[in-house]
Amino acid sequence: MPAPTPRQHYDEMYLPGRRAGKAAGRDQIGDPVREHYRPLVEWLQGMPPERVAEKRREADLLFHRIGITFAVYGEDAGAERLIPFDIVPRIIPLAEWEMLARGLKQRVTALNRFLHDIYHGQEILKAGVIPAEQVLTNEAYQVAMVGLDLPNRVYSQISGIDLIRHEDGNYYVLEDNLRTPSGVSYMLENRKMMMRLFPELFARQAVLPIEHYPGLLLDTLRAAAPREMREPTVVVLTPGQYNSAYFEHAFLAQQMGVELVEGADLFVKDGHVYMRTTGGRQRVDVIYRRIDDPYLDPLAFRPDSMLGVPGLLSVYRAGNVGLANAMGTGVADDKSTYPYVPDMIRFYLGEDPILNNVPTWQCKKPADYEHVMDNLAELVVKEVQGSGGYGMLIGPAATKEEIETFRTLIQANPANYIAQPTLSLSTCPTFVEQGIAPRHIDLRPFVLSGKDVKFVPGGLTRVALKDGSLVVNSSQGGGTKDTWVVE
Amino acid sequence: MMLSRVADRIYWMSRQMERAENMARILGVTSNLVLFASPGSQEKNLHAPLSITDSEEMFFERHDKLTLATLIDFLALDQKNPSSIYSCLKWARENAHAVRWQITSEMWETLNATWLELKGFKRKEIVDGDATRFFDWVKDRSHLFRGVTYGTIVRGEAFNFSRLGTHLERADNTARILDVKYHILLPRVEDVGGALDYYQWAALLRSVSSFETYRALYRDQIFPIKVAQLLILERRMPRSLAACFNQVCEALDRIEGQGDQAAQRLAHELLVRLTYADIEEIFQGGVHEYLEEVLTDIDTLGARIQRAYLGTV
Repeated sequence: MPAPTPRQHYDEMYLPGRRAGKAAGRDQIGDPVREHYRPLVEWLQGMPPERVAEKRREADLLFHRIGITFAVYGEDAGAERLIPFDIVPRIIPLAEWEMLARGLKQRVTALNRFLHDIYHGQEILKAGVIPAEQVLTNEAYQVAMVGLDLPNRVYSQISGIDLIRHEDGNYYVLEDNLRTPSGVSYMLENRKMMMRLFPELFARQAVLPIEHYPGLLLDTLRAAAPREMREPTVVVLTPGQYNSAYFEHAFLAQQMGVELVEGADLFVKDGHVYMRTTGGRQRVDVIYRRIDDPYLDPLAFRPDSMLGVPGLLSVYRAGNVGLANAMGTGVADDKSTYPYVPDMIRFYLGEDPILNNVPTWQCKKPADYEHVMDNLAELVVKEVQGSGGYGMLIGPAATKEEIETFRTLIQANPANYIAQPTLSLSTCPTFVEQGIAPRHIDLRPFVLSGKDVKFVPGGLTRVALKDGSLVVNSSQGGGTKDTWVVE
Repeated sequence: MMLSRVADRIYWMSRQMERAENMARILGVTSNLVLFASPGSQEKNLHAPLSITDSEEMFFERHDKLTLATLIDFLALDQKNPSSIYSCLKWARENAHAVRWQITSEMWETLNATWLELKGFKRKEIVDGDATRFFDWVKDRSHLFRGVTYGTIVRGEAFNFSRLGTHLERADNTARILDVKYHILLPRVEDVGGALDYYQWAALLRSVSSFETYRALYRDQIFPIKVAQLLILERRMPRSLAACFNQVCEALDRIEGQGDQAAQRLAHELLVRLTYADIEEIFQGGVHEYLEEVLTDIDTLGARIQRAYLGTV
């Protein structure tokens, strides 16, 4: 595979002008380290390499023992793999985070307004801001949601917004995840691991806490109860222990102190949802569902689904159970909707977007199509419905054959693809086999929307462990780092 | 209140851990007996573990010859044998994995670490070499798991179902071990009271960790009737049927009930029988017949527990 076109990356730890190839551990003070990384760099310099190696082994062992693993699609049934954890944290200065936080709140608020609108008055379609057929014919548009009023008008209670930092130093939103975004358990476990391995680090710098996330999540879920009640019964609905994110489902249920249920544990009777218990049935008020729309109710959607609850949709429509996230949110995080999000923010909030969108070509538009076909080798092409880094072409890193394969695919179904310039993800020093080296990273903050919008500072930092790789997804060899917001 | 599916997993997780331990005990004693046995009794000794576990048929589908090595291979390591130590540890861990949020993280970590360590053993070392070390390890892991469970879990439904599973499984095992000695290893008349007979009774006691207990409680030679007394009726001996059923009843009484008390009634009835039974009478009626009846009741009780609490999900 040809090496990607060399380009300038934004280095999270070092200012530009640093001599290339020098290992971070051996830097002298006075090298152009960014101010917020200085305490960490000084500490790293004082660490003997043997101790670092020992701590990394310890981290591996602990993660294995605790069983923080994920199942991998396409491998042996039940195969489990550890998501590699890197001990060099990613650090964000508070002022920068505050800007991001304002932008995230603005964006998620607009997305929720959009979802309410398209299932009610459809003002944004009438105003012509977004083409109506774009929304109404979208596979993820859920006719069953039309006219249904949700508590606080919130559709996406839990949103994961993927951000990257470009070579210009600015953050860009890569995509919105409004269906069942995952990864928050790694964010929490990574912090726990860092504090266990290197308590002394936290004495050097004031790192803002994130441990209260499960409490905020529970508040958010309770706010999704269909009507005011004192202590709504919340459950987490998982597809089961062989799902790739099962660890997270179990972890969150435990941290919130609620039941983790599978579809077969729930049943519908007399217009309500109940769970089967050793003491008889118990009513369920809010379901934090971690299964996709088509599998939720075999009576309404896919009849072959063994994961869902027959009759759930009718209870939801009758306003007797809350779902988080709501059905039909996919239409707002679809890659074909993404280019319109800045317009949504202007339309609903009358504000200028704080977070940047990546310029996006929609292959279904003839002019865009021409541009994409002429520049395939330079662009990143994504499937509109794809996720997890599957179904994606990274032009500069692809072979001629791969590019031609994609050309044929796009020709066959242009509406299924969008393209973006190849962004240069910023890098952060990371332990790899040869020592410390820069690797590309992104950031997924988790935004909670209930009675109001809340989050914990930071998010999940994912890192592409292969040299030069831009794919950070854990299913494709990505790792994670602890993410610090520091004062 | 607990999800039926979760209670089911916890109950079976505990049964499987107990089963793994009992299998290790049975195989440990068998390895010992085989060393001392006369060539004539060798085959009986090797057969005993298969009868205890009702698995002769499956064994001979998978092996032509019954030797200590094939026996250990089948009962300890065979991935296809659902009662092998390997399978028990695997399923105990799988079940724990499914309910790791309802048990303590220490419990889950213990079972997960056990599974990871199991994969570090080499088949050859166990089958042809020092199997004792492996059996001791299994017992240690089971002791550790039980200790961690008792030391960390909230006294609630999870604890009740775990305790229920552990003691029902243990009762089943004690009854089977004792029955085998009476039924299969029945000595020839001229051997009764001889060195071989003594050795077998001592091995039986050791397999349920009660050789010292026997000495301490009875301060006497080893007599079959007293061994039966100890393993069936002696409440102070934690692996006796009476002690196990005492625990089973306590656990069942604490579970917040469904209307149907079929399981509870049978468990209490058994406990009352074990409390007021007379060992002489049991002997006259035949120990084998008595144990057969107990094993049938344990089966029925298991089915009733499954129906009442663990239900159809």
